[in-house]
Amino acid sequence: MLWLSFRLGALNAIQYRADFMVQLFQSLIGLGIALGGIAVVFSQTDQLGGWRQEELIALIGVFMLVGGLIAVVIRPSMEQLMEGVRLGTLDFTLTKPADAQVLVSVKRVEIWRLVEVVLGAALIVLAMVQLGERVSLERVAAFAVTMLAGVAIVYSFLLILSTLAFWLVRLENILVIFHSMYEAGRWPVGIYPPWLRATLTFVVPVAFAITVPVEALVGRLEPATLVGSLLLAVAFLIASRWFWRLGLRHYTGASA
Amino acid sequence: MRGLPLRQLVDVYRAKFRAEIALQFAYRWALAIWLLGLLLQPIVYLVVWTTVARSQGGTVGGFSARDFAAYFTIFMVVNQLTFTWHYWEFEWRVRQGFFSPLLLRPIHPLHNDLAENVTFKLLTFTVVAPVAVLLLVTFNASLNPSPWQVLAFLPALVFAFALRFLLEWTLALAAFWLTRVTAINQAYYLAVVFLSGQMAPLELLPEAVQVIAAVLPFRWMVAFPVETVLGRLSPMEVAVGLAAQLIWIGLALGLLRFGWRAGVRRYSAVGA
Repeated sequence: MLWLSFRLGALNAIQYRADFMVQLFQSLIGLGIALGGIAVVFSQTDQLGGWRQEELIALIGVFMLVGGLIAVVIRPSMEQLMEGVRLGTLDFTLTKPADAQVLVSVKRVEIWRLVEVVLGAALIVLAMVQLGERVSLERVAAFAVTMLAGVAIVYSFLLILSTLAFWLVRLENILVIFHSMYEAGRWPVGIYPPWLRATLTFVVPVAFAITVPVEALVGRLEPATLVGSLLLAVAFLIASRWFWRLGLRHYTGASA
Repeated sequence: MRGLPLRQLVDVYRAKFRAEIALQFAYRWALAIWLLGLLLQPIVYLVVWTTVARSQGGTVGGFSARDFAAYFTIFMVVNQLTFTWHYWEFEWRVRQGFFSPLLLRPIHPLHNDLAENVTFKLLTFTVVAPVAVLLLVTFNASLNPSPWQVLAFLPALVFAFALRFLLEWTLALAAFWLTRVTAINQAYYLAVVFLSGQMAPLELLPEAVQVIAAVLPFRWMVAFPVETVLGRLSPMEVAVGLAAQLIWIGLALGLLRFGWRAGVRRYSAVGA
């Protein structure tokens, strides 16, 4: 189903090829700001809260990779969902003979944002080569697992936020909150003061999507964090599923 | 398009203020969320640089953690007061023909945007100011300007706003010639982030970058008032800075007039 959505999205996007260049340019600018910031910081120091420059570049890679994944499918689909609730077009989705949560989650795909995913991945590889460390299979596996868990957590979080639209109809801007908090994920959460670190870990769970996978990659991950990340992912998935159901019941009640 | 008498201009502004305040109140949640994002940014850079300062034994390039707290908080305030968003709207205005009604009015469209901008600033400042005080206190910022520095800060701030507004409005005129200005706007934004002092105080950037920021208008649009009130400039440097601001304002006005005339001619040619 995700594949079908991708194909539709791709067909749609190919009609507007100039958008690709705009997107590429935009992503490169974002990359320039991020790398420039790191360069400026590291012109004054050789480590930031225990992180080396190459590790921070890998962090930017994950930041872009995960941000890209969110921008390709999760965010546009969630925006579509909230609009569907407001306009009532969600009815069409609900009558389809498949799980509604899956349907709404891959409803819209913005294919050009894949640029960011590719750039992010390239940056991670580059940073690892520069680090000159032999990245064992074990670390790559831990990286993949924690990143998947992180994406699952972020997805669930955004689904919960969007599901609020069932009760509060005028809510278009709520995803912006996530976006501005996500920006703080450009830097390792460890450097932030405790209140902000706690917020970025548990309230707007950016830490699990960005900092933790990078820690796994550079071999600094505590086993406890790995387990915690997985448990949190499962908890978030269950909670968002439950909340989605609750919201859906509310929706049928309201439109009938 | 001839100018209106001043009295009428004032009336126009007052009407626009009222309309704009009502509009912003209608979108107060959007406003609140936008403010949240705005406030997070200085905290992020502040924390990053404080961490650097600490790892370097307390100071970096003459900035202690408390100096950084003052710098980024004041920067947030100045940036918030001087930024404009009109150049993001121009593409849409030109393409959708939204300029036509604006051109019919007996008043330069610049006034429309200026009134909108100033109202928005006054409104948001009521939130930004207390938050800035909170940040200054929480991060124990060292901010003790002498009276002359405060006095110099005010014109520096007003000039910075005037300069940024005029330049960004001129930049926006590019939309008359190009259908897609997003790329230009993005490139400009990149320059602002690095050269206006948003990422780090300009003093911490490489020498070459500092020179570029001072020759181009970027330093004078945001960083200069901040440096002034932080007490990092000598009276002579402040005087030179104010002069540089005035020169750039003059240049920007010239560019604006020239660009606007040429642009409007082009617009009518397309619309006809």
